[in-house]
Amino acid sequence: MWKWLHPYAKAETAYNLCYRLLPYFSWLALITLVTGSIWGLLYAPSDYQQGDSFRIIYFHVPTAIWSMGAYTSMAICGLIGMVWQIRNAELAVYAIAPVGAAFTFLALITGAIWGKPMWGAWWVWDARLTSELILLFLYLGVIALYNSFEDKRTAARASSILAIVGVVNVPIIHYSVEWWNTLHQGASITKFDKPSISPDMLWPLLLNIAGFLFIFAALVCLRLANQILINDARRPWVKAFVARRIDKSNSTTKE
Amino acid sequence: MHFNSFAEMIHMGGYAVYVWSSVFIVIAVLAFLIVHSVTAKKRTLTMLRLEQERADKIAQAKLVAEQARSQA
Repeated sequence: MWKWLHPYAKAETAYNLCYRLLPYFSWLALITLVTGSIWGLLYAPSDYQQGDSFRIIYFHVPTAIWSMGAYTSMAICGLIGMVWQIRNAELAVYAIAPVGAAFTFLALITGAIWGKPMWGAWWVWDARLTSELILLFLYLGVIALYNSFEDKRTAARASSILAIVGVVNVPIIHYSVEWWNTLHQGASITKFDKPSISPDMLWPLLLNIAGFLFIFAALVCLRLANQILINDARRPWVKAFVARRIDKSNSTTKE
Repeated sequence: MHFNSFAEMIHMGGYAVYVWSSVFIVIAVLAFLIVHSVTAKKRTLTMLRLEQERADKIAQAKLVAEQARSQA
C-alpha cells in the first residue's frame, strides 16, 4: 500500500521533487504573506486596549507557531533517519534547522519589541520567553553539532539525537502559559471552543500563519535539494549534473 | 483602510517605532534566508565543479606521466 513512497527515498527523485514543489510553495507564500501583512497592518481594526501596537501579532504569532512546528518536523525527520536509516530524512534535519532558528529569532525579537510598549520591558525571565530562548539554543546546537563532525553520517546521527531529545521542550513552550504564572498571555486562536479574537483581526493572522508555513516549506525544499547534492557529490547523477555545468561555463567563456 | 491618511498610517497610533521596526526586521531576516538558500546551490555547484576540474587535471597529469614512462 505504501510502496509508492519508496522511490522518494532515492536521492535523485527527492531532489527533483524539491524543485517541482518549490514554485507552488513560493507563489503561495508570496500571495498569502503580502495579502496577510497588508491586511493586518493597514486594514484590520486596532485593538481596544493595545491600539495599533497589536499589529505586531501578524509577525510574532506565525513565527512563534512555526518555530515549534519546524522543531517538531525536524525531530520527526531525525527519528525517521535513525529508525529507518533514510539518508534524506537526516539531511532534512540539517535543512530545517537554520530556517527554524531564524523563525525562533524573529518570534523572540518581535516579542521583545511588542513587550516594551505593553509590559514596559524588552525581556522578562518568565516561562514562555525562557523556554522559547532554549528552543533557539537547541536549534543552534543542532547546527553546531552537525558542523563539528567531518563524517557527515556521524554528524547527522548526533544532531538527530539532539533534535529528538530537544522535542521535550515543545510542549513545555506550548503549555508554559497554563502551567506557570507568566506575563505572557494565553492562547487566542487555538482554543477548542471559540477563538477569542474578532474575525477582522483573525483572517489576516490566519493568512500570515499559512504564509509562514509556505515560506518555510519553500526554503526547506531549496536547502534540502542542496544538501542532497552535497551528499551525493560522488554519485554519477551529480557528476553528470556538474559536467553539464562545466560545459555550459566553457561555452559561455568562449563566446 | 483603517487609517485616514498616509501620515496616520506611518504614525501607527503612536507605536510607529515598534510596529515598523518589527516589520523591517522580519523582512530583513526573511530576505537573508531567501538569498542564502537560493545561492546555496550555486556555491555547491562551484565547489563540485572545482573539485571535478582538479580531479580531471590530476588524471590528465597521471596519464601524461605514464605515457612518458612507457616511452622511456
